[in-house]
Amino acid sequence: MLELRGITKRFGTVTANDGIDLIVEPGQIHCLLGENGAGKSTLMNILYGLYHADEGEILLDGVSQKFAGPGDAMKAGIGMVHQHFMLVPVFTVAQNVMLGHEPTHPGGRLDMAAARDLVRRISNQFGFGVDPDALIEDLPVGIQQRVEIIKALSRDAQVLVFDEPTAVLTPQETDELIAIMRRLKAEGTGIVFITHKLREVREVADTISVMRHGQIVGQASPTASSSELANLMVGRPVELTVKKNAPAPGDAGLQVSALTVTDERGHRVVDDVNFQVRGGEILAIAGVQGNGQSELMEAIMGLRSASHGSVTLDGKELLGSSVRQILDAGVGYVPEDRHVDAMVAEFSLMENMMLDRSVGLPFVKYGTVRQPVVDQFTRERMAEFDVRAVGPHIPIGRLSGGNQQKVVLARELSRDLRLFIAAQPTRGIDVGSIEFVHQRIVRTRDAGVAVVVVSTELDEIAALADRILVMYQGRVIGIVPANTSREDLGLMMAGVTPTTKEDPHVQQFN
Amino acid sequence: MTTTINPLESQELAAPVRWRTPGMLTAFALAAGCAFVFFQRPGTTTFRLSSENDAIRLPNLEVSTVPAGVGLTIALLLLAGYSVFLRSSGRKTPRWLIAVFAVLLVAGFLIWAGSGGTLPVSGLLVATLGVSVPLILGSLSGVISERVGVVNVAIEGQFLAGAFAAAVVASVTGNVIAGLAAAMIAGALVAAVLALFAIRYLVDQVIVGVVLNVLVTGLTTFLFTQVLSPNNQQLNSPPRFAPIDIPVLSDIPIIGQVLFSQTLIVYLMFVAVAAVYYGLFHTRWGLRLRAVGEHPQAADTVGIAVNATRVRNVLLGGVVAGLGGSYFTLGSVGSFNIQMTAGAGFIALAAVIFGRWDPVRSTMAALLFGFASSLQYVLSIMGSQVPSEFMLMLPYLVTILAVAGFAGKMRGPAAAGKPYTTA
Repeated sequence: MLELRGITKRFGTVTANDGIDLIVEPGQIHCLLGENGAGKSTLMNILYGLYHADEGEILLDGVSQKFAGPGDAMKAGIGMVHQHFMLVPVFTVAQNVMLGHEPTHPGGRLDMAAARDLVRRISNQFGFGVDPDALIEDLPVGIQQRVEIIKALSRDAQVLVFDEPTAVLTPQETDELIAIMRRLKAEGTGIVFITHKLREVREVADTISVMRHGQIVGQASPTASSSELANLMVGRPVELTVKKNAPAPGDAGLQVSALTVTDERGHRVVDDVNFQVRGGEILAIAGVQGNGQSELMEAIMGLRSASHGSVTLDGKELLGSSVRQILDAGVGYVPEDRHVDAMVAEFSLMENMMLDRSVGLPFVKYGTVRQPVVDQFTRERMAEFDVRAVGPHIPIGRLSGGNQQKVVLARELSRDLRLFIAAQPTRGIDVGSIEFVHQRIVRTRDAGVAVVVVSTELDEIAALADRILVMYQGRVIGIVPANTSREDLGLMMAGVTPTTKEDPHVQQFN
Repeated sequence: MTTTINPLESQELAAPVRWRTPGMLTAFALAAGCAFVFFQRPGTTTFRLSSENDAIRLPNLEVSTVPAGVGLTIALLLLAGYSVFLRSSGRKTPRWLIAVFAVLLVAGFLIWAGSGGTLPVSGLLVATLGVSVPLILGSLSGVISERVGVVNVAIEGQFLAGAFAAAVVASVTGNVIAGLAAAMIAGALVAAVLALFAIRYLVDQVIVGVVLNVLVTGLTTFLFTQVLSPNNQQLNSPPRFAPIDIPVLSDIPIIGQVLFSQTLIVYLMFVAVAAVYYGLFHTRWGLRLRAVGEHPQAADTVGIAVNATRVRNVLLGGVVAGLGGSYFTLGSVGSFNIQMTAGAGFIALAAVIFGRWDPVRSTMAALLFGFASSLQYVLSIMGSQVPSEFMLMLPYLVTILAVAGFAGKMRGPAAAGKPYTTA
């Protein structure tokens, strides 16, 4: 049995964990639910010996533990399945599993046979089907995750911590993972399951602890409703579904035809993609991360030179134009990686707000930035988009993810748009901000703008889509209506194509 | 909605076969053809296969340059053409073809350049190995260091420090082994400074390496002019390693002298190549070292002390490079001189990359550079008409072509050059 007592961790003036108590019994799945930044990962890093708690203690079977590093935690029987896998990509499965506790022949030669046997034994016990000699980088993420589990089990872990394990998985892989967790539970392993996805929690948890602002704010039973859990997580009632009316599709909008993009190594990362988005409708692009969605959006934005085919907006060809010309044609873009592509963390809100219009009026005259104009513009937008910040002069990097995203949204939506592209618009932001962002996206649609939303979260796809396009390995697997079931979407995300389609656009363009 | 589901036929997105290799082969074949056919150097090239005091004597091999040149040109063009044919049908050029092409090209060049002279084959090989010994040890040092995640640009500095320490200590003690030990310690000291700044203080590793090279150059130059030169007899006249003949094996024609009549440093080098290869890929030490260089966080989470592993192995790399440095003073020249390593450390660095961070391939790369350098000596000694300026350029030309042309895009250890810190 694992017990945390009064764990407190401070980073400077910020208290990431504040007197956390938590008990995990053998054969129990304990869900730790909380938003990004609630302090879940800090807590788990303390448990795993990567951080040291300022106060409090960790007990295993009643014995107080002192972890100087992950090695100690592992010896004590705590295993961790990290969100970002801790696997060496150029090593084989067996090498990764043996690393740190390598069996050797007399004389120091690595005993690869023993390592392979160990992998096979655990793999067979739980039906993982993992080949010990496969290179990690050749394996799909779902299998890589199993290797992480084998790694932990090979060290006789009594308690397994899963840190946001479903973030990188397809719905089918998620179901398989949940089955594996149940199997582990049946064998007596205690499981800590960290997540912010309500559906999974209710499906698998025995006990639920909800974290907010570094504290455990409540326990819940798996029978609690999603909205109860969400309220507990956010601390106020939240609207989980976006209210939107039926779309009123208008004129031509965005037309993508036979678009192909090759990457630096010559691989076709976007392969003969065709679709149309009319003004006043939202096309949601679903797919597992890394199936060409990012490259497709970059190609439309003119950020990828190796693109062939055609991208027209209201009949005007965009492919081959510069990014500036494309922005001027009325395209707004929220990139998927906010910190890299959407903002400059060290710049003030004002400077970030005018990043896309640094040439000419309204913000620049005679080569000089008109500070009062930018200042006023920024204040107006901050009020309109509910950006909570001390003032327009502070660096954007000091804001929370949700407030940063609102600034990006405010900037992109303050031009006259014909097309609005939002890639992962709610990644890493709080539930309250998600609500706001979703409402703004729907409002943009209702103003007659063609909207493309790229998301790996099916909840988001379901909330926003008028039609759903599923990508797999750079290709369009299908374009389906918004009411398509999760199971079918999941299969399509795994590359299984539906043969009969009811959407007329599919016939039209595929 | 009723949907029947069909699995999508999996589509292989294989990397495209590139035109680079066929293109390079064709260019080389044409260049060689121009030289061999249009700038003919009529005459006979004699390859001397044994010297007078060899136990087993082979007759000299005499080749008439014009027919040989024409024949080899045709062979090279055929190989290049086959490569182009393979490419146009979507296949890659096989390795054996490149190897055969390279051998024929080198043979053709030797016949052409050596026209009218006698080329001592064994001597050429001995010279090749002589130049290569420090390069190989330096590249092993680089392989160890980069595989654990620390870019070692300071090989040059470690060479120089090793060469200096070996000369002084061996002169004072009169003992070559003491000199050897001093060289290794000196190399490790330079590596310790690299480790301190790169791992402890997170200074950019390339910058620390470059600064160390300048520092060691300045330091040894200062000490040489102020201390060694006035006391040359006491401080800079070290004994040298004598060659050790291995019975029977050293009598094998052509390669016997090269491989089995060498000094202790060379034998140590052979052992080092094998040991580093075996260690890296078949022992716990190597597995952990590579894990730390590829994904330090993964290593940390299974209880491997990342920075301690890095410090230990950077020091080990320093020891190996220091050993390489001792060869300059105790193995070949016999006394220390200002900047006597002459950029060998950087060539060793190139060999690391050309050899794809693999000890055996890096050794091969170092031998290639050594061969290009020694070719220049041997051809100028035998009075070849090829301009000496061209020959001086050759090793560096080979380095650039090798690294940029044939090696292509290579993937080094993922975490090399990145310091590891935990929050």
